[in-house]
Amino acid sequence: MSQTLETPVAALVGGIESLRDPGAVLRIPHLPESVDEVPTDDETMIINMGPQHPSTHGVLRVMMELRGETVLRCKPVIGYLHTGMEKTGEDLTFLQGPTNTTRMDYVSPMFNELVFSLATEKLLELEIPERATWIRMLMCELNRMSSQVLWLATNGMDLGAVSMMIYGFRERESILAFFEKTTGLRMNHNYIRPGGVAADLPDGWRDDVMKILDVFPGRLDEYETLLTGQPIWQERTQGIGVITADECVALGITGPILRSTGVDWDLRRDAPYLFYDQVDFNVVVGTYGDTFDRYAIRLNEIRESMGIIHQILERMPAGDYRAQDKKVTPPPRARIDESMEALIHHFKIFTEGFKVPEGEVYVAVESPRGELGCYLVSDGSSKPYRMHIRGPSFVNLQALAPMIQGGLIADAVAIISTVDPVMGEVDR
Amino acid sequence: MAPDAPAPADAEAEPEEPPPPPPTLHGALLSESRGQSVVHPDRPAYLGLIRALKDDGFVMCVDLCGADYLVKRNRPLPDGVVGERFEVVVNLLSLAERRRIRVRVQVPESDPRLPSIYELHPGSEAMEREAYDMFGIGFDGHPDLSRILMPDDWEGHPLRKDYGIGRIPVQFKQAGGAR
Repeated sequence: MSQTLETPVAALVGGIESLRDPGAVLRIPHLPESVDEVPTDDETMIINMGPQHPSTHGVLRVMMELRGETVLRCKPVIGYLHTGMEKTGEDLTFLQGPTNTTRMDYVSPMFNELVFSLATEKLLELEIPERATWIRMLMCELNRMSSQVLWLATNGMDLGAVSMMIYGFRERESILAFFEKTTGLRMNHNYIRPGGVAADLPDGWRDDVMKILDVFPGRLDEYETLLTGQPIWQERTQGIGVITADECVALGITGPILRSTGVDWDLRRDAPYLFYDQVDFNVVVGTYGDTFDRYAIRLNEIRESMGIIHQILERMPAGDYRAQDKKVTPPPRARIDESMEALIHHFKIFTEGFKVPEGEVYVAVESPRGELGCYLVSDGSSKPYRMHIRGPSFVNLQALAPMIQGGLIADAVAIISTVDPVMGEVDR
Repeated sequence: MAPDAPAPADAEAEPEEPPPPPPTLHGALLSESRGQSVVHPDRPAYLGLIRALKDDGFVMCVDLCGADYLVKRNRPLPDGVVGERFEVVVNLLSLAERRRIRVRVQVPESDPRLPSIYELHPGSEAMEREAYDMFGIGFDGHPDLSRILMPDDWEGHPLRKDYGIGRIPVQFKQAGGAR
């Protein structure tokens, strides 16, 4: 049920105080006082989960201090997948930028491309054609479905529902097949680019999308039968990994975790970008802030995404799929064969890139994991002076400590999974 | 005609046009960048400004990152703000008003330190560690300022502009076959 926004905000001020031990072996963020017991003797044990543990979704390492089966403290250790993408981004032109950012959150690459492109376009003050915007929305919503369904799959496996793993990957594959047909690649598409999208939708795209939309509802109902009503599933998720709205706001946590606490916040509705203000959808919120709520939210967000896609299919206009601004857009392929100027123009755009006026912007979109932001500084050249990506997983990982704290070690796996961290984005 | 014309215009303009006071927010200069609000506090006022903004409803610290302006000292800044080498950029969000505000604070190279906003926004913990790791900007009052992405024994701060990009020499072998 939806909670008013004022409540968590007002209760937050001064409500949380830091109880961290500077310099302690295990570092924990602020926690309620009652939970933070400082162990005095050798009855506790420190264990390491990861970075090679299969259920840590990549190379996440979690250090946990245990007393018996109870987790006293926990600390995520990250950086194992750090590849210096922000540094790389400073060395690539704005046109090459999406090839880099798309590799961050490899489960939902479209959003990474989108946020970088939106930031670049804001710096350029460039209007993009309507069709390009609708195509972007279509691809993003399909990507949101594939991302959430992959989460269902891995989360199911983490909790022992191994068949869910196979089903989830099967559904995701159908969407990736459409991506491959449209963009040429299953992942890391570099499809959404500053100025529009790389290519128009393929012939018969409407049928392909309709096929996906026809299959999904029945499959989602199957998952409901498989998981939602199952007593084992409920036992393993309900009341596990509870986080409050205050904690979420204080820790900067967004996305399904924030919504599971009842805070009604979705950037698509609250800070509309693209044409999200022209489509109808519901923001799914939870009540208890536990693992089950987050599961239910992600499952139902797939349904909301399908609703959005139906509206996109109705409203998809004809027109250009990329801006016709010669500064940004290369000439069409056919022109290159007949015009020397077009060839030079094409060559200049792909070697030097286009120049972006001086300035700095922050743009945010709602990725399946929460707020994905891009802070972009241009010094007037064709490469970003500074590119910073605010990864939702990076910030959301801070929720791990308060959620695992005081729980059983067996639940730790469920809780790590429920944060849905993608390490490519955490470490960048 | 030509030499006389500008003089009276100037004389008229000066008394009539007292320079409009630059817009400020809680004593810090306020500017706009592509329609987004940016506040420029100086270092002593930084913590107070974040606190005041939090009381104004900007309760969520969405993002905190550093920037190194080593090779771009003359960037556009409002009058009265002296550009230093480093900058810390904080993005705040007001859920109730659905508004964002960005805080850019200058950090000099000679003393790259800033008070931590951890007590106000615990979520800045990882972000401040990242800024420290990548730029070597210290945050006073941070509970545990250590490297977060790079290994603990790493030397240097990779996102600084004077930190070179490493390269691994790659040997390309010519493909065999008829040529």
